[in-house]
Amino acid sequence: MKTLNTMNKTSKNNFITYGIVLAIFIFCAVYIETDMATFLFKGLMVPICVNVILAVSLNLTVGILGELSLGHAGFMCVGAFAGSFFSMMTQETLTSVWIRFPLAFIIGGLSAAFIGLLVGIPVLRLRGDYLAIVTLAFCEIIKNIMNNLYIAKDINGLHFAIGVGAYNEIEFDAASKQVLINGAMGITGTPNDSNYFWGFALIFITLIVILNLVNSRTGRAIMSIRDNRIAAESVGINITKHKLIAFVISAFFAGVAGVLYSHNLSSVIATKFDYNYSILVLVFVVLGGIGSMRGSVIAAIILTALPEFLRDIGNLSDYRMLIYAILLIAMMLINNNDYLHQMTQGVLGKFRLGKKSKKNEQEGVS
Amino acid sequence: MSVMLETKNLGISFGGLKAVDGLSLSIEKGQLYGLIGPNGAGKTTAFNLLTGVYKPTMGNFFLDGEKLTGMSTIEINKKGVARTFQNIRLFKQMSVLDNVKVGLHNNFEYTAAEGIFRLPRHAKVEKQMNEKAIELLDVFGLAGEKDRLSSNLPYGKQRKLEIARALATSPKLLLLDEPAAGMNPQETQELMDTIRFVRDHFDMTILLIEHDMKLVAGICEEVTVLNFGTVLAQGETSSVLQNPEVVKAYLGD
Amino acid sequence: MTFLSYLISGISLGSVYALIALGYTMVYGIAKMLNFAHGDVIMIGGFVVFTAVSSMNTSAPIAIVCGIIACVVLGVAIEKIAYKPLRNATPLAVLITAIGVSYFLQNLALIIFGSAAKNFPDILKLEDLQLAEGLTVTGEAVVTILITIVIMIVLTLFINYTKIGTAMQAVSEDRGAAQLMGVNVNTTISITFAIGSALAAVASVLLCASYPLLSPYTGAMPGIKAFTAAVFGGIGSIPGAMIGGILLGVIENLSKAYISTELSDAIVFGVLIIVLIVKPTGILGKKMNEKV
Repeated sequence: MKTLNTMNKTSKNNFITYGIVLAIFIFCAVYIETDMATFLFKGLMVPICVNVILAVSLNLTVGILGELSLGHAGFMCVGAFAGSFFSMMTQETLTSVWIRFPLAFIIGGLSAAFIGLLVGIPVLRLRGDYLAIVTLAFCEIIKNIMNNLYIAKDINGLHFAIGVGAYNEIEFDAASKQVLINGAMGITGTPNDSNYFWGFALIFITLIVILNLVNSRTGRAIMSIRDNRIAAESVGINITKHKLIAFVISAFFAGVAGVLYSHNLSSVIATKFDYNYSILVLVFVVLGGIGSMRGSVIAAIILTALPEFLRDIGNLSDYRMLIYAILLIAMMLINNNDYLHQMTQGVLGKFRLGKKSKKNEQEGVS
Repeated sequence: MSVMLETKNLGISFGGLKAVDGLSLSIEKGQLYGLIGPNGAGKTTAFNLLTGVYKPTMGNFFLDGEKLTGMSTIEINKKGVARTFQNIRLFKQMSVLDNVKVGLHNNFEYTAAEGIFRLPRHAKVEKQMNEKAIELLDVFGLAGEKDRLSSNLPYGKQRKLEIARALATSPKLLLLDEPAAGMNPQETQELMDTIRFVRDHFDMTILLIEHDMKLVAGICEEVTVLNFGTVLAQGETSSVLQNPEVVKAYLGD
Repeated sequence: MTFLSYLISGISLGSVYALIALGYTMVYGIAKMLNFAHGDVIMIGGFVVFTAVSSMNTSAPIAIVCGIIACVVLGVAIEKIAYKPLRNATPLAVLITAIGVSYFLQNLALIIFGSAAKNFPDILKLEDLQLAEGLTVTGEAVVTILITIVIMIVLTLFINYTKIGTAMQAVSEDRGAAQLMGVNVNTTISITFAIGSALAAVASVLLCASYPLLSPYTGAMPGIKAFTAAVFGGIGSIPGAMIGGILLGVIENLSKAYISTELSDAIVFGVLIIVLIVKPTGILGKKMNEKV
């Protein structure tokens, strides 16, 4: 207790977040290892972890940097394909999953971070709506290219092609031909390395990295840009550099989530990573509370698990997205309307997951 | 005494409008200097020129003998010019302490990776930053409120916090844009004491824009009066304020 | 000659983009927000016309009028319910709300009409036109271009020579000042949404005439591309939206024809990104300075 008292409020808050995740992990571990868990429950573990990592990493861009990225699924896509590709290439040589899988995460994350850097350098000069639409455009480009990417290997080495026409023109050595990435059919045969253990380990790493970043010199600089760009510049904060740091780290973890995702399925196709997936992650972030990592974790868990468990009750899942949409709008209206906010404050106050997003006055100076 | 800030024929025009036209002034080290004039005279625009928000279309300005014309806001801040804003621009969702620590950003060094992985330098530098920040907050009587959200501070304290944040960048020249705006007479009196204290304690050169003539007369040694972008009068405060041209500009014909 | 026919069909596609882009650009100019749901208003318009024709057997003109009315009502309702309470909120909050509205409309359509694409009835059935030896264009393309030209002219006259049009320009220039001059800002914004939505309804009919498949996601891609067109031309600028839309349609069609069908979307969005890097304000956009 003494250590808790000497810690400041933010570290205390962070440890509560870690504690919650740890508690959930222990519960799941016990539940699964004692064979009490249903097939559905076990199957949900990895998708939940994927979504938690996505939500926390998107919250870095939306809540901490204060910019809306609609391309999160695109970075996830890059990570998923890069990680899967690596695992398939090294499956025979690197037989130990303890080496291969972490390497796949690093490669998937770095690939996504690299694309994030390429995207970020030009687009982070833009603000607000433009940034949102350009990240969306990039996500579509990535999806479009991945959907037409063919990689196959034969005795002569690797062959790349974009578009089925170009692919068909390649002359393969038929006997040794092995298709790795098959255009719209995606990538098939990734080793199923993902499980809840890896998933929770990655959630912890994501949370530690992002929470530590936020509570550091760099994190303060990033938040100062969010709160007031002009004032941040006036005290010498390098806007572009800090925006890029946040954006690239966010992309990195989206890539990591992609690797976790792709190693949980027998085949992965590019069209899964569409704009709707990006929006779904945004829903987690907004409903959990913009800027609140703990909120993102809880919202991602609940909103991923709940619809699956409610599947038996009527055709509720049909209405799931509709309900999300309504919640999204309602949340924004309530948070930004003083009267509604006060009305709901009393009811929701005790259960609030995150901080409310403050209005940011943008007046000019004459 | 050496000259801290010198502007030579500084000006900017937007389209055809000359918002600031041929501003020349010279502020000595340690001086408290006022920039006054009616609304729309170009005072804040002058501040924006001196902080690199706008690039001047004519003239030059020098800080401590070094030419700063054409540099970016960030470079100019690093050279030693810090400012406050007329409509307070705090980092509203951050604590009082963190606001000042953002100001300290460039005076302390550890990398993003050192922060993320909590390497030894992180703890060491953070401790130094905290001490320095609290020292600064103490000057303005804000140390007790370090953990409050900056936007929850009362107005007068927000103005003080902005000054503390500017000082955190360890400037040579401090630009205050209407520091007393919205304050009652008693708060203004306190502010005057604070500004004097800042000048003496930090050995600071201060240029301020102000409409409150009592404050200007009370603390500024010299003033420049701007009107329609041009210099109307310049010199020792008491004599300039009695200049009939200046009185006319303020009160109208 | 084939190049010319690709060009003409590109202009036709671009005209549709231009009509949609007008909705984005007018709303952006006046309400300073990206109405993300605009593309989905098009989709709803398409479904209204579809239902009127195929389930209620109404004639094409009446169905189109129904579509326009439905879109106008929907557009204004969205503005009143979702956007108006956020006039003073952060741009991020407004954008997320707009995305929520878009998501809502898509999923509503999904529940009502199902995810399977519907065949849009031939309400604009026209014969192909042979312009020259070996140069044939579809009648739909010609009608699309003609209708767009008429709408552009009417809209330009409306903006410049009517009281409401002038009010719209005033609000776009400076909302506060316009309000002080007695312009009813809320009404002006509502009218802007109404006009934008009406154009969206027209665009939906023209779009479905050329690409007769209708699904809840029909509006999303043209919507995003039209926004791209609006940015391309310079957001907030009405002539910019027209030029941007047509250019984008031509680029898309020509890249489909000569570079790659599969990668045409990537090329179109690549154009957006290049434009924003080289000239962030678009072809005809004004430089926006933030006051300090």
